[in-house]
Amino acid sequence: MAEISTTPPVQVENPLEGRVERLRNFCSDFSQSKVALAALAVIIALFAVSFGAPIFSPQDPYDLAMLDWMDAFLEPGSEGSGGYIHILGTDNVGRDMLSAIFYGLRTSFMIGLSAGALALLVGICVGLTAAYFGGKIEAVLMRVVDLQLSMPAILLALVMISILGQGIMQIIMALVVAQYAYFARTTNGAAKVERSKDYIEAARSTPLPTHRVLFRHLLPNVMPPLIVVATVQVASAIALEATLSFLGVGLPLTEPSLGSLISNGFKYIHSDRYWLSIYPGIGLMIAVIAINLVGDQVRKVLDPRNSR
Amino acid sequence: MLSYLVTRLAQAVVVVFAMSVIVFVGVFAIGNPIDVMIDPGATQEIRQQMIEKYGFDQPLYVQYWTFLENVFQGDMGTSLVYNIPVIELVFSRFPATLELVLVAVGIAAVIGIPAGLWAGYRPESKSAKLIMALSVLGFSVPTFWIGMLLIMGFAVELGVLPSGGRGDVGSFLGISTSLATADGWSHIILPAINLSLFKMGLLIRLTRAGMVEAMSMDYVRFARAQGLPDNQIVFSHILRNISIPIVTVFGLELGSTLAFAVVTESVFTWPGVGKLIIDSIMQLDRPVMVSYLVLVVILFVFINLAVDLIYAWLDPRVRLKGGA
Amino acid sequence: MTAALEVRGLTTQFETRGGVVTAVNNVSFKVEPGKVLGLVGESGSGKSVTGFSIMGLIDNPGRVTAGEIFVHGVDMRKLSATEQRQMRGRDIAMVFQDPMMTLNPVLRIGDQMAMAVRVHEKTTKRAAWDRARAALEIVGIPSAGERLWAYPHQLSGGMRQRVAIATALLHQPAVILADEPTTALDVSIQGQILAEVRRLADETNTAIVWVTHDLAVISSFADDIAVMYAGRIVETGTAEEVIANPRHPYTRGLIESVPSLHQAGEKLPQIPGATPQLSKLPQGCPFRPRCNVANQACLGEPPAHDLSGRRVVCHRPLEAAA
Repeated sequence: MAEISTTPPVQVENPLEGRVERLRNFCSDFSQSKVALAALAVIIALFAVSFGAPIFSPQDPYDLAMLDWMDAFLEPGSEGSGGYIHILGTDNVGRDMLSAIFYGLRTSFMIGLSAGALALLVGICVGLTAAYFGGKIEAVLMRVVDLQLSMPAILLALVMISILGQGIMQIIMALVVAQYAYFARTTNGAAKVERSKDYIEAARSTPLPTHRVLFRHLLPNVMPPLIVVATVQVASAIALEATLSFLGVGLPLTEPSLGSLISNGFKYIHSDRYWLSIYPGIGLMIAVIAINLVGDQVRKVLDPRNSR
Repeated sequence: MLSYLVTRLAQAVVVVFAMSVIVFVGVFAIGNPIDVMIDPGATQEIRQQMIEKYGFDQPLYVQYWTFLENVFQGDMGTSLVYNIPVIELVFSRFPATLELVLVAVGIAAVIGIPAGLWAGYRPESKSAKLIMALSVLGFSVPTFWIGMLLIMGFAVELGVLPSGGRGDVGSFLGISTSLATADGWSHIILPAINLSLFKMGLLIRLTRAGMVEAMSMDYVRFARAQGLPDNQIVFSHILRNISIPIVTVFGLELGSTLAFAVVTESVFTWPGVGKLIIDSIMQLDRPVMVSYLVLVVILFVFINLAVDLIYAWLDPRVRLKGGA
Repeated sequence: MTAALEVRGLTTQFETRGGVVTAVNNVSFKVEPGKVLGLVGESGSGKSVTGFSIMGLIDNPGRVTAGEIFVHGVDMRKLSATEQRQMRGRDIAMVFQDPMMTLNPVLRIGDQMAMAVRVHEKTTKRAAWDRARAALEIVGIPSAGERLWAYPHQLSGGMRQRVAIATALLHQPAVILADEPTTALDVSIQGQILAEVRRLADETNTAIVWVTHDLAVISSFADDIAVMYAGRIVETGTAEEVIANPRHPYTRGLIESVPSLHQAGEKLPQIPGATPQLSKLPQGCPFRPRCNVANQACLGEPPAHDLSGRRVVCHRPLEAAA
């Protein structure tokens, strides 16, 4: 014991320098894959057009004053009463599809990111709490998490939606409930490995407060796997929200996400008005695939087995 | 082996019981179904009568107890919307879902496992990279969207397959299924492909990962040192080893395929339980929701159990430990 | 008499991020039937890669780039992939280092061995099992018939290694390459297996290449010794001569650092420094930085000296002891 308490604090290297170095390595490893770089560029572009939707879109699709029934179901490329070309056509109430997609993408991103971030937070708390205290607390918490993991996310989300009702906040809550378990599992798994290593023992035996052990020592080491899970989960949150909205239990068409746009367009699928559902679907697909590709590369780079 | 089985069964029962409480409480926190059931113009008296008839005025634990009592008598309540016993309703829809899921899982296995084996056997080849790219598509693109594309392509543009619904039901070995008729197959093929894609993507990745790992194992090198040809190494040595994780995940995923059927059934208006649950959520049909969720949980738990048993059968190390 | 195995100028290279690394560099040796050759070197000296190269089991990113491998007169490298495969297990077999990993955990011993029998011989499954049982008996496994029904995890490490050796023996190959097969085992088991292998070599006239890092073990039971350093063979000779009279400074260092050759309490001489990384070999003789007799001359490629049946690759071979 005496030996341990006299050893100096565990971090030997300058932490800041180490981090910059690691970040640089990460970036150079990441850019090894051209596909992943392209995917990253696509994500950035989509972020720009969606969060800058009021600037980039030709029309505010939710300003009812700007809609004209005469413009309904215009084919892609035709000119509407607004005097500009509807590149992707218009929907059943004369809404410009391109603008609707930009705005819809924004809603989808917002929901996906906030649900992902909240689920990450909740998951870290649950996972770290369990790992730190161990014993009964860990057993009970992780049993619940595992039970949830064995249920498909879509089912959990459906139950939550039916309890909470519809709307943006409710959807986010439902997604968090459906997804936090992945983060909790990952955090707990990684933290348990770290816990068994000597330096946490050393840190715990020095008189450091609990939260410092958790946040200074455990958290940085469980971050890499969490980042990987997070990218995948944001993509699946976006897809899940779209699915719920498509099923009619997600967002109402007054606050459309990509899912509700596709759902709306699906009604006209038999009347050759493909553009109502195809284009928002392509938008959704590109977003989800791009995020997954980036996540894939991040996983490869952070995989300790791949380290040089 | 027997004591192992008994312990596992007991665990399964406890989980089912706990989940039934959670589901019951969860679902009964949802708005007031009376509002949905009766005409808003009805008098307060009729309203009160209905509430008493369905026992909605009782405390929650009493309602749960009544529910349990009824369940043990084989009665899961009556649908508030269809006004027929829930059991009957669910079981009338279940065969449709089951045949859809089985065909989907079959497609996923028949295509996914060989593709994954190949991708793991020659990970650097062009074809392997193509397979992996497609598998990413398979499970990152939302199911409903692919389903829609399938309808657009095959039903609307080409007009070769129906866009939805279940086909004629025939009888095969005493089981009535749409798989016994050509019309049935023409109806099931698109939704089954749609439902299988996610699973297929997963299977490809799983099989490939197992294959890549196995290829670097000493026992594979040793087999090569004995002069065994590659195909024999793959099929006699490796497949047996990697079948363990594949069967595990695959079995577990069988349950989630049932849940995912919700989406596919909605897109293709397939008259299964998935469609039923969506409708019941929107119509606040409590007894149907509770029954469906409890049944799904039971199904899940027993699939898990079955997977564990198969696992024990496949892996001699587990088998002997369990038997001791 | 044709040598059971003769290797000439074998070179194996790996492509890595940092460029091409030569793991086996112009290696030559030969083994007569019934003889045991000890291939000695530290970890990273390329001795295991040499074994895998001979077997044709080098995977990407590695490649055998030059050399000839004669197995009783037939050059393996000139054969087609299928012909090479047919020679593996039949004419040349290999036993691996870790017996815990070499057997397939989910197949019965009998099934694994029967598969190895039937790949080279058209026989019934029954006959193959009989052959497997006979092979297990040869390597001294008691109640061999029952063991065939066992799964690998039911056997001890020593047992498993015997199973691996029995598998290698199934077709009475001309050569068996043994890649440190006793390193992972207890010392007592190690002794038994060594004795068993020596007996097999004598009785069946099989040539054995015994790859090891343990000079003490090999000195007592090999006929010849080849010492590897940084991918090259630096000294060859009969076991007695090499041990009694090392001519390469590295060999001498190795021998001097074997504890059993010293008195208790005596300070053990060590070779200074560490095995060089193959990607960063020093110029000239790779042993130069650690060598206590090196001089300017050693900056050039070391020449080979053939000294009455011995071969030393060194600028300054040590004088023969009187």
